[in-house]
Amino acid sequence: MKAFDYVEIRVPAKPQYVSVIRLAISGLATRVGFLYDEIEDIKIAISEAVTNIVHHAYEDENGDIIIGCALYTDKIEIMVTDYGKSSFDFEETKLKVGPYKQSDSISQLREGGLGLFLMETLMDEVKVNNEGGVTVFMTKFVKREQVKEHVQTDET
Amino acid sequence: MMKKSGIILYSHGGALNMELNIHFHKENNILKVFIEGEIDTFTAPKLRDELEAIDIDSLVFIELDLSKVVYMDSTGLGVIVAIYKKVTRQDGNLKLVGLSNRLERLFAITGLSELMNIEADVKVV
Repeated sequence: MKAFDYVEIRVPAKPQYVSVIRLAISGLATRVGFLYDEIEDIKIAISEAVTNIVHHAYEDENGDIIIGCALYTDKIEIMVTDYGKSSFDFEETKLKVGPYKQSDSISQLREGGLGLFLMETLMDEVKVNNEGGVTVFMTKFVKREQVKEHVQTDET
Repeated sequence: MMKKSGIILYSHGGALNMELNIHFHKENNILKVFIEGEIDTFTAPKLRDELEAIDIDSLVFIELDLSKVVYMDSTGLGVIVAIYKKVTRQDGNLKLVGLSNRLERLFAITGLSELMNIEADVKVV
């Protein structure tokens, strides 16, 4: 008995497909029963994960991004992976990213490095695995009171 | 492209660039930049190019109108931080106006609201 539906999408690791993934994930999140603001959060988180791969995974080579989504009655799990070449140290990267502080001087403001911070802020759980490429796992839960039967699974 | 002091100095759109459109409107020393569409890793280079081409020296004030931005992520924030730094370095002023609740939240959680001049969307009833 499967407690979730699984949807997998594979696209070339190119910038023009980031919005396509965003749109698809938005549709899947709607099926799970997320509300507007949560769906917008998921859209940003998935775009950040896919954008990282587009920029870092394949140096001058063609490659694909695989997005796997598990749709439960009360949560969505999204896996983004590149099967690719990049290695990315989660803990190390985490030390270098994060929100801006009021004490930051304007001339020193970073122009990037917010992607991982946003994923962690907008999703309930984020894990990164670096073995043989980069895989990001993200989970977001539907708030208990809005869980409805949007997804028909074999769960009884 | 912004040497003349006219009304609409530069605008373009077209099927190839439906995702993001940028229009400039100059009045005296104020340049209003209207940004419309989605700002992500695909469209951000276009926004960056257009903003980098602004001749800041001839301006006192730059206003980015984001009221028609329907999506933005960290790539867009990076472009805005870059132009903000450039304008500030050249003693200009940059203000963001027309932010939706979504965009306001994005600037708030990243801490940029505390650093930049931001005006939320004023709804005209």
